Amino acid sequence: MFTIKSLREQFLAKKTTPLQVVEEALAKIKKEDGEIHAFLDVYEDAKELAKQATADYDEGRGSDLPLLGIPLAIKNNILIKGRRATGASKILENYIATYDATVISRLKKAGAIFIGATNMDEFAMGGSTENSAFGVTKNPLDTKRVPGGSSGGSAGAVAMGVVPAAIGTDTGGSIRQPASFCGLVGFKPTYGAVSRYGLMAMGSSLDQAGPLTNCVADAELIHNVIAGVDTMDATTITSDTYPEPKIKEAYTFGVPKNFLTEGLDEDVKKAFFAHIELLKTLGHTVVDVDLPLFEKGLAAYYIVVQAEISSNLARYDGMRYGLSMPGTDLISVYQKTRATGFGPEVKRRILLGTYVLSSGYYDAYYGKAQQVRGMMRKELKEIFKIVDFILTPTAPTPAFKIGEQEDPLAMYKQDIFTVPVNLTGVPALTFPMGKVIRDSVSLPVGVQYIASHGCDSQLFAIGKKVYDDQL
Amino acid sequence: MTKEEVIHLAKLARIELSNTELENFTKEMSAILTYVSSIKEMVGDEVISAPTVGDRFNVFRPDVVTNEPDSTTKEILSEMPQTEGRYLVVKKILQSE
Repeated sequence: MFTIKSLREQFLAKKTTPLQVVEEALAKIKKEDGEIHAFLDVYEDAKELAKQATADYDEGRGSDLPLLGIPLAIKNNILIKGRRATGASKILENYIATYDATVISRLKKAGAIFIGATNMDEFAMGGSTENSAFGVTKNPLDTKRVPGGSSGGSAGAVAMGVVPAAIGTDTGGSIRQPASFCGLVGFKPTYGAVSRYGLMAMGSSLDQAGPLTNCVADAELIHNVIAGVDTMDATTITSDTYPEPKIKEAYTFGVPKNFLTEGLDEDVKKAFFAHIELLKTLGHTVVDVDLPLFEKGLAAYYIVVQAEISSNLARYDGMRYGLSMPGTDLISVYQKTRATGFGPEVKRRILLGTYVLSSGYYDAYYGKAQQVRGMMRKELKEIFKIVDFILTPTAPTPAFKIGEQEDPLAMYKQDIFTVPVNLTGVPALTFPMGKVIRDSVSLPVGVQYIASHGCDSQLFAIGKKVYDDQL
Repeated sequence: MTKEEVIHLAKLARIELSNTELENFTKEMSAILTYVSSIKEMVGDEVISAPTVGDRFNVFRPDVVTNEPDSTTKEILSEMPQTEGRYLVVKKILQSE
């Protein structure tokens, strides 16, 4: 299996070199990415860094840097200084980042080599990568299907075997759902665990960056590199914001049974119940829990996120950077720039956000949604007194076909299990729980473990036991 | 949601819409709003203390210059659609009568 851990061992044992691995990755992209389209940009000059990393290993300097010479792919809404940062939008088609995101500077410091920028739904709005202004990414496991989204390019890059890990962002499931569709591990940290400095803001109270990998240990490794307090993001949490989680031998899992109804694919349900049996066999306890608000989180999410989108995307106005369309006066420059630069889903969401924030509707929508959010946090707090983790499928279906989900509302319902996590700010881990057969192709489906605030390390501990140890 | 409302929202959001977009958005946004309106049944009118996003408050840092002067000025200027020297050129905001 293509993992950071195995690459590291091979580098240290001189069985292969960073240069060799990076050259192979670039060759693979050349050969296969024409079809898959996981990458928006490929960094050929990664070879230079790989040469340096190879020399570092040769001279015995490799052991201190946890990611030295490891090739990674980065979602294109994360700024890398001097590289194009498009957010898969026409409005930023030619925008070159002027600074490194904190996530990027930390990965660089750990020795990682970026080999390319990955495709995504425009400004991370979507669950299929079909909303990219630069064309869809295909699922490497079945090219008739989507890789999920919005971090579909990052998932595709790992599933293709180009890189052992990629970085994505997750506002309502954008790391976890593509991980589920592509048979990967995906991790959404506790809100504030990872700095948002240098991430293109979508829903500022929801966004977090995290890894997509082939094993839980690699996700943990990357998370530990990118996490931590950052003076550039005042919402980053410190080591004493939340109590230290207890790592145990056996855990209690809560299953919100009432939640497993609407729109849940029968085969996904079967795989989920098989996973419950596996947990029992491994000595864990599984109990039913009732989370009435959690189950209705989707409505609250699609008010809060649209509101934050409409505010955050006001910055793209054709004035200081990005696309600028000529107009007769200032307002027509704004209107024409935004009309030309944004795709339909982005426009739809900005309009909806404008609506729910407008005078006369604010209290009925945004005010209520924020109330529900507070109540959901309270509900979760009570449940986490009884259980260690909440267990759900990651997505209600396996990867669907390109072009199959045309109705925006139906697409939003893909996020039913993932959005409550962002609304409440808790961490969640997904990894494959089984396969389902569609058109005689075997497709992976993921399970989601949700933990209490600050219990990220507890998720890695259980994930390594349940998933990595069975690989 | 009516077409007129969508036109008004588009004006507020500074987005010019084509006729096709207007047709589609009016229909799609109505469906989405009907769905999210279920929020109204989830809470009563009782006031719940302001919900918070994270668990950190009043995070301060010293108000000091962190960048070397001019360290990124050139890059930022080069991203601007139109400049004059070190100035950004924009359309006139105040119209003369």
